[in-house]
Amino acid sequence: MNLNLKIWRQKNSNDKGGMHSYQISDVSPDMSFLEMLDVLNQQLNDKGEEPIAFDHDCREGICGMCSLQINGEPHGPDRGVTTCQLHMRKFNDGDTIYIEPFRAKAFPVIKDLVVDRSAFDRIQHAGGFVSVNTSGNTQDANAIPIPKADADKAFDAATCIGCGACVASCKNASAMLYVSAKVSQFALLPQGKVEAKDRVLNMVKAMDEEGFGNCTNTGACEVECPKGISLENIARMNREYLSASLKK
Amino acid sequence: MALSAFFLMLFLLQHFAINMMSVVSPEMFNETSHFMGTNPMIQYLMQPILIFAVVFHFVMGFILEARNKAARNVKYAKYNGAANASWFSRNMLVSGLVVLAFLGLHFYDFWLPEVTTKFVEGDMTGLNAAGEFRYFEELQHKFVDGWRVAIYCVAFVLLAMHLMHGFNSAFQSTGIDGKMAAGRKKFGTAFAIIVPLGFVFIALFHFLTQTGH
Ligand code: HEM
Ligand code: FES
Repeated sequence: MNLNLKIWRQKNSNDKGGMHSYQISDVSPDMSFLEMLDVLNQQLNDKGEEPIAFDHDCREGICGMCSLQINGEPHGPDRGVTTCQLHMRKFNDGDTIYIEPFRAKAFPVIKDLVVDRSAFDRIQHAGGFVSVNTSGNTQDANAIPIPKADADKAFDAATCIGCGACVASCKNASAMLYVSAKVSQFALLPQGKVEAKDRVLNMVKAMDEEGFGNCTNTGACEVECPKGISLENIARMNREYLSASLKK
Repeated sequence: MALSAFFLMLFLLQHFAINMMSVVSPEMFNETSHFMGTNPMIQYLMQPILIFAVVFHFVMGFILEARNKAARNVKYAKYNGAANASWFSRNMLVSGLVVLAFLGLHFYDFWLPEVTTKFVEGDMTGLNAAGEFRYFEELQHKFVDGWRVAIYCVAFVLLAMHLMHGFNSAFQSTGIDGKMAAGRKKFGTAFAIIVPLGFVFIALFHFLTQTGH
C-alpha cells in the first residue's frame, strides 16, 4: 500500500519542531508499524536525510519502550497492543497517518518522536517498592497465604509496562492509571501492606510534582492501555490515598 | 470536587421531590415551600452550605480544567478524543457552564424575589394579597413564557449530560468501588437521566396546563 505520513520532527528539546509530510510506497500489510518506519528511515538515509528518531527495544510488546501517538491515539487504532505489535493491515491504501510523540508537559520531547519518560522512574523511586531484609533468612514469599483473587488483581496491575499511553491518551495528561497500577500491585499483597500508607502518599506527591494533570475519570487510559490495566486501580488508589491522608 | 458534587446531587433530588409536589398537589407544595422558606435550620444552615457548595464546585471546576490544560503544553496535531472517552466526560466544563448560566437565571427568577420579600420587605408570612400561600402561583407565573420554558429544558438536558459522567465519576474519585459497583453504575445513569428529565416534565406540565393545551 501507499501511504501519506505526517510526522513530527524536532531537532532537540529546544527546537520548536513541526509536522512534516512523507510519502511511502509498497508497504506490506504484514509489516509492523515500526518496520514501516524502518523502511522510511532507510529511504531517508539513502537520500542523505536525517532519519526519524523513535523509541523501541523488544518489539514484542513487553518492554514498554515504543510509544507514538498514531492518528490521535497512543499505539494507534488497535486495542490491547503496543505500537511494535500494531500491523499495517489496520490501515488502508492511500491513508494519511499522523505520527506524533506522546504529549505531556511531564514528557518533554528529546528528539522527533522520542520523549523523556523518566518522570515515571522518579515516581517509582518515591515508593514503588517493598523493603525486604536480604540478610539470608528472608521468609519464602510462597509461605505467606494470599487469596487467589487478590493475587490475580495484583498480577494484573503488575503487567503495566510503563509505556505512558495512559498519559498520552488522557485529555488532562494525567498519570493516574500508571501510578495506581504501581500502587495496587503492592497494596493488594501482605508484603506491600507494611509500607502502604507512605507509598501512596509519596507516589501521588511525586506524580503531582512532575506536572501531570488531574484525573477526571474519562476512562480514555483504560481503553488505550496495551495491557488492559483497569480503572479499578484508580479507585483503589483514591481509596488508599484518602485513608492514608486521614490517618496521617 | 466530588464531595461538593455529592452534596449537589442530594440537593437536586430534594429539589426534585418538592417540585414534583407542585404537579401532584398545590397545597402540599405550598406547605413544603413555606416550611423550607421559613425553617431556620434550612435558611441559616443548609442554604449557606448550598451556596458555598455551588460556588466551590464551579470555581474548583475552572481551576481543575485550567491546570489540566497546562499539563499538555504542546497540543496534538491530531487528537481522537472520541475514540476512547464519551463526549460527556470530555466536556464537563461546557455542560457545567450551561448549568451555571441557568443557575443565574434561576436565582433571578426565584431566589432574589424570595429574599426581597422576606428580608427586604420583611414579609415572612408567605401569603399573597388574598391571604393564601403565594408559592404555587409564583411558580406558575414562571412557566407561562415559552422562551423561559425552552431555556429551562435545554439547561436540564445539559445537566443530564453533566451527570451521565459526573454521578459515577464522583464515586470513582472517592474510591467507592465495592461489590455493588455494577448496579450503582446503572443506577447512576438512570439518576442522571430521570431526575433532570423530571424537572423538564414539571416545567412542561405547568406550561401546557396554563397555556390551555
Ligand atoms: C446542580 C448542579 C450540578 C451538579 C449536580 C453537578 C454534579 C457534578 C458531579 C457529580 C461531578 C463529578 C465529580 C467528580 O468526579 O469528582 C461534577 C464535576 C464537574 N462539574 Fe459539576 N455539577 C453541577 C453544576 C456545575 C456547574 C454550575 C459547573 C460550572 C462550570 C460545573 C462544572 C464541573 C466541572 C468542571 C467538573 C469536573 C470535570 C470532570 O470531573 O470531568 N458543575 N459535577
Ligand atoms: S518495543 Fe517493547 S513494547 Fe514495543
